[in-house]
Amino acid sequence: MAGVTLDTVRKIYAGNVEAVKGVSLGIEDGSFCVLVGPSGCGKSTLLRMIAGLETISGGEVKIGDRVVNQVEPADRDIAMVFQNYALYPHMSVYDNMAYGLKNRKTPKDEIEKRVKEAARILAIESFLARKPRQLSGGQRQRVAMGRAIVRKPQVFLFDEPLSNLDAKLRVQMRVEIKRLQRALGVTSIYVTHDQVEAMTLSDKLVVMSGGQIEQVGTPSEVYRRPETRFVATFIGSPPMNILPGTVEGPGRVSVGGQSIAVTDMREGLTPGSAIEVGLRPEDVQAGGTGASTLSMDVDFVEELGATQLFHGKVAGAEFIVQASTGQLPADTRKLTLAVDPANVHLFDPQTTKRLGRV
Amino acid sequence: MVENRPFAQFMAYLTLVIGVLIVAFPVYLAIMASTFDTATIINGNMPLIPGDQAGENYSRALFYGGKLAREPVAMMMANSMIMALGIAFGKILISILSAFAVVYFQFPFRKTAFWVIFITLMLPVEVRIYPTYKIVADLGLLDTYTGLIMPLIASATGTLLFRQFFMTIPDELLEASKIDGAGAFRFFKDTLLPLSVTTIAALFVIQFIYGWNQYLWPLLITTQSSMQTIVIGIKKMITTTDALTEWQIAMTTAVLAMVPPVLVVIFMQRLFVKGLVETEK
Repeated sequence: MAGVTLDTVRKIYAGNVEAVKGVSLGIEDGSFCVLVGPSGCGKSTLLRMIAGLETISGGEVKIGDRVVNQVEPADRDIAMVFQNYALYPHMSVYDNMAYGLKNRKTPKDEIEKRVKEAARILAIESFLARKPRQLSGGQRQRVAMGRAIVRKPQVFLFDEPLSNLDAKLRVQMRVEIKRLQRALGVTSIYVTHDQVEAMTLSDKLVVMSGGQIEQVGTPSEVYRRPETRFVATFIGSPPMNILPGTVEGPGRVSVGGQSIAVTDMREGLTPGSAIEVGLRPEDVQAGGTGASTLSMDVDFVEELGATQLFHGKVAGAEFIVQASTGQLPADTRKLTLAVDPANVHLFDPQTTKRLGRV
Repeated sequence: MVENRPFAQFMAYLTLVIGVLIVAFPVYLAIMASTFDTATIINGNMPLIPGDQAGENYSRALFYGGKLAREPVAMMMANSMIMALGIAFGKILISILSAFAVVYFQFPFRKTAFWVIFITLMLPVEVRIYPTYKIVADLGLLDTYTGLIMPLIASATGTLLFRQFFMTIPDELLEASKIDGAGAFRFFKDTLLPLSVTTIAALFVIQFIYGWNQYLWPLLITTQSSMQTIVIGIKKMITTTDALTEWQIAMTTAVLAMVPPVLVVIFMQRLFVKGLVETEK
């Protein structure tokens, strides 16, 4: 087993397009690291550089203690699961899984042992003789993972492996991947644009945007204390509401003339200066009362079954509030929102950085 | 179609049957003509049911040849077969390799290389016949199988066909192979080649028939009758100056000339369909 270390890794494509702008990251041995971000944020490129499928324009990639910048993908001791599975269409499931081992001149009985073992773990034993086209999406996905497992690599790399599955299967495979990773204890790097996958799978969550890391942390750290406005609005569904506000004084900001208290606020901010106030839809209490309240004009309501989403405006900005179904009548037009000072996130309008306590 | 209109369907079938008859009749006539003696054909009253000379005609044509040009058709067929197979296999080999290079390798002037290959499309043998003849002659390749085959291999159609096919193969397959420890050659052998079977079969059919039907090129570069191909043989049998044309032998030869391409199509078509049904990327 081995961890992965990235040191100011860069990727510059022809035409001076910088896809990855100096990323440094340490991934501990045996941990599950998820790279999440919108499309074009460089997460896949980063993964492919770790895999050796893209050249590294600058910086250093280490797997364990070995710098692998110039090492061929096959010799990096990694295994990769692709989005479209990339199974060899003309080979049986068994041969698909055995191919990498055959190329490494692994003895036949050892190959058979490992393939059988992986097939047992993934419950695909009965498909070993079939061709990939005879399998369903979920089964193909398992074969792709089986191909990775049999190699017993130092690192698993997943490139959006669940994107081609339907929603139900995705949830199921997500759980399986997590369970499998726990059981095998292999360092895993997983790329996705789906923040639910990112939150549920990761030990270490890396949010990327524009070729740079926005924030690294455990899923709950990233969720509770987003370091930038981008992270705040990217992680969480529905996304965090951002309201324009002004600083009133220590621990107080005003939004459209309504004053609210804030626990986590940087000291020494100039009263009267502009600030962005972030509130998660699930963190404000619709219809509540208290010292800090905001009034909201409701446009419409989305029913989600257990919860309702009230869409509307607070101080002229779009705002979404989540409430338990039945808590409020669906024809509510005006809402009073109670705000817990601990749940208010402040961001600098210029730098978009968090203005919390240092 | 859900609707069932018997009359429309009958008309459609009738049209098709008439079409087939029009196309098939000359072939039928040739086969019939190969079963009579010269006199019956020459007097213009050849029956449309088979005659009794088939055995005589075929054995004479195959092993003895016409009265004047005495080359056995078996030998011509062997020549044609060597030429057609040489062209088909040679073309497949260089096409698949050049397409592999152009699609999967980054090398200086890759685009240029591709376009140079592409341009040869505009220069078929007939256009460059004199320079090609000159080169082949200077190389001392007149009256050789190499001389017959090589110039016809050099054209871009196959390369383009394979290139288009390779472009449809997802990059991830190459990447998965890399991670699985397969080098370029192994990727070619283990993944690309098995996936290309259908394309290879298609190209084989096209090139075999192309090679088998060649007339101009063999006519130019073969002088010895032992190097003669069957297409030229037929022509020679028909144009006789002094003697009566032996139509039954000419027709027999024509029928024999049809057999290998027909067999190739019938046999390869099965592989074709099998490949089409099985291929999924």
